[in-house]
Amino acid sequence: MSQGDVDRTPSPRSDVCIVGAGPAGALVAHRLASEGYDVVVLEAGPRFDPDDRLERMERHIRPSHGPEDVWDMGGPRDAYTNAGEEHYPLNAARVKGVGGTTLHWQGMVFRLHESDFERRSRHGVGRDWPIGYDDLQPYYAEAEAELGVAGADDNPFAPPRAEPFPMPAFRPSYSDSLFAEACEELGIAMHSAPNARNSEAHDGRSACQGYGTCKPVCPSGAKYDATVHVAKAEGEGARVIDRAPAQRIEHDRSGETVEAVVYATPDGTEHRQEARQFVLAAGGIEIPRLLLLSRSTQHPDGLANSSGAVGRYFMDHLFAGMGGELDAPTRQKHVGFITSESHQFYDDVDESVGPYKLEFLNYAGQSPVNVALSTESEAAWGDALAEEIRDTYGNRIAMGGLCGQPPRAENRVTLDPDVTDDHGNPVPEIHWSLGDRERRTIEAANETQAAIMNELGVDVDWVTDAATTGPAFHHMGTTRMGTDPDESVVNPRLRTHDLDNCWIASASTFVTGGALNPTLTIAALALRAADAVDAEL
Amino acid sequence: MELTRRDALAALASTGIVVGAGAAALSHLDDRRAKPDVDVDTLVAVAEVLYPSEVTGVREFVETFVAGRTADRPDYHAGMADALAVVDERAERWFDGPFATLDREDRDATLRQLGADAIPPDPEGRPPGRVRYYVVNELLYAFYTSPAGGSLVGTENPIGHPGGTTSYQRGPDA
Repeated sequence: MSQGDVDRTPSPRSDVCIVGAGPAGALVAHRLASEGYDVVVLEAGPRFDPDDRLERMERHIRPSHGPEDVWDMGGPRDAYTNAGEEHYPLNAARVKGVGGTTLHWQGMVFRLHESDFERRSRHGVGRDWPIGYDDLQPYYAEAEAELGVAGADDNPFAPPRAEPFPMPAFRPSYSDSLFAEACEELGIAMHSAPNARNSEAHDGRSACQGYGTCKPVCPSGAKYDATVHVAKAEGEGARVIDRAPAQRIEHDRSGETVEAVVYATPDGTEHRQEARQFVLAAGGIEIPRLLLLSRSTQHPDGLANSSGAVGRYFMDHLFAGMGGELDAPTRQKHVGFITSESHQFYDDVDESVGPYKLEFLNYAGQSPVNVALSTESEAAWGDALAEEIRDTYGNRIAMGGLCGQPPRAENRVTLDPDVTDDHGNPVPEIHWSLGDRERRTIEAANETQAAIMNELGVDVDWVTDAATTGPAFHHMGTTRMGTDPDESVVNPRLRTHDLDNCWIASASTFVTGGALNPTLTIAALALRAADAVDAEL
Repeated sequence: MELTRRDALAALASTGIVVGAGAAALSHLDDRRAKPDVDVDTLVAVAEVLYPSEVTGVREFVETFVAGRTADRPDYHAGMADALAVVDERAERWFDGPFATLDREDRDATLRQLGADAIPPDPEGRPPGRVRYYVVNELLYAFYTSPAGGSLVGTENPIGHPGGTTSYQRGPDA
């Protein structure tokens, strides 16, 4: 069927309408379709052809294409503005399409620690989650099974778990072994890093082939992405409509029940998808935007926004890192993922410093082809180029790390009334700034990294510190969870306080963000939301 | 170091043209290699300038790689043919002969005088940008995403090549 023949008209008798075909939407769709419900998913972006992935990888490697070209981001559809102290490069941080941002994610999957759910009571920062690790633990296990996680139970700092990982962990890299010696001297424990990436054939997908370009594209499909659960959901009868951006949500006369999501299609027409239950799963930027775009007489500040919290408390993780040269080969860039981390300092949180984790990178420096294709290289080609690549490639080594950012009301997503997208809707305006707490956390991470690099004998030549840090592209907090309708958007079951059939499955419901990659928690919450919606139906 | 057709097939595997590098893949490309319909002589002559001088077997590598890359991609084929015509035309203008007949020094000079050493690649830009994209970066991409090219500079599993998950664990002396 060509694109022109695709039926994008609404489903006539839908039980559940889900907005967004990323990991949260795909998992909810699969769960509820498996239970026999009529499920329709509206996805703003296209359905990408899996056969195009090598070409997308080439776009990533070849310098004539920008980072947004890999997954066709940018342009009027994806317009946004920045109003905060820090620039936020939104379109580098997300993918619109079936599979969502997991198409370009790295695939790192961690459970939040118990302390992350109790930041207020333990350290006086932010708010506590209205649920604890215990509530989420069974869903974490289900999420690991669904995504297919390769891991080992060797992390002494991780929260408790009751079952083995679905696949064995990827073995440590050669450069991990170099770091291990230095860390041992310093008394720093290294451990494996769980990956949503096949270490062996699993769930109908191959083991990792070692293309080395995980982020932003895995050509082999060994890295989990949400197209896996979209396909499973469709196998159970769910319907996924691509290129169908939600325009607004419409409620009934009482203002307490959602009636329909209005969406646009490529031919320029608008449709109304009615359903009994609605699940918003479009990520931490587009969910608050859609709610704000849906204001009505009964909800003048936007839907589900009686608290005023929609769009507020926007959080990301901050990158801290450093790298340089070692006087020995380091064997980098064979794979594009991380095999070892240290979470030893994660719970050394107090009133002034937040959590951070350390990453031992396997992809320091430039790969040979990057140097070869760049016109910035000193040598253009021939023997001189080969010599330059030998000099620049072989001995690079680097560490990364993520640092937590506490929720602050002034960090937020609003609508920019002066700029509109391709459908005439105000675009998201990002207000993002850093505070002293995350700056101190970055300093603490840098200090530990410097000690390791020094012990290893690395000639450090770059540092990402509090002044040069950037976001890790984890959009959290903008429709936060809570028991008090005056200061939160969804209840502990992930239903909006204000509307009785509107649910949110997203990192936007995170109350605090810890310092661990959020997707496993997104998946766990999505499965929890699916259970709640099922109970409601 | 001698490049072989298997190296070219490995490079093609990185671009999705060939899946697997066995006998079937080899025979699949035989017809294409027999009928190169871009100016392969010029392309090989460029590759001999771009690749390290210790590399031999360039013709076979380039013919196989380019045949695989341009077959069934008419736009790409046209872009490459057009860029090669630019290279040849400049060689005629500046050095009085077809590019492939020039000595290595003059070929190098032709490419540099064109600006292909410094101009950003641009498939839709002016001639130098197109030469950088369709000829120079095409050939460098083929070489440095292949195990053959990678090995010459320190990695047998460069990015872009599906070289599995054991090489990253090995030390330099393994």
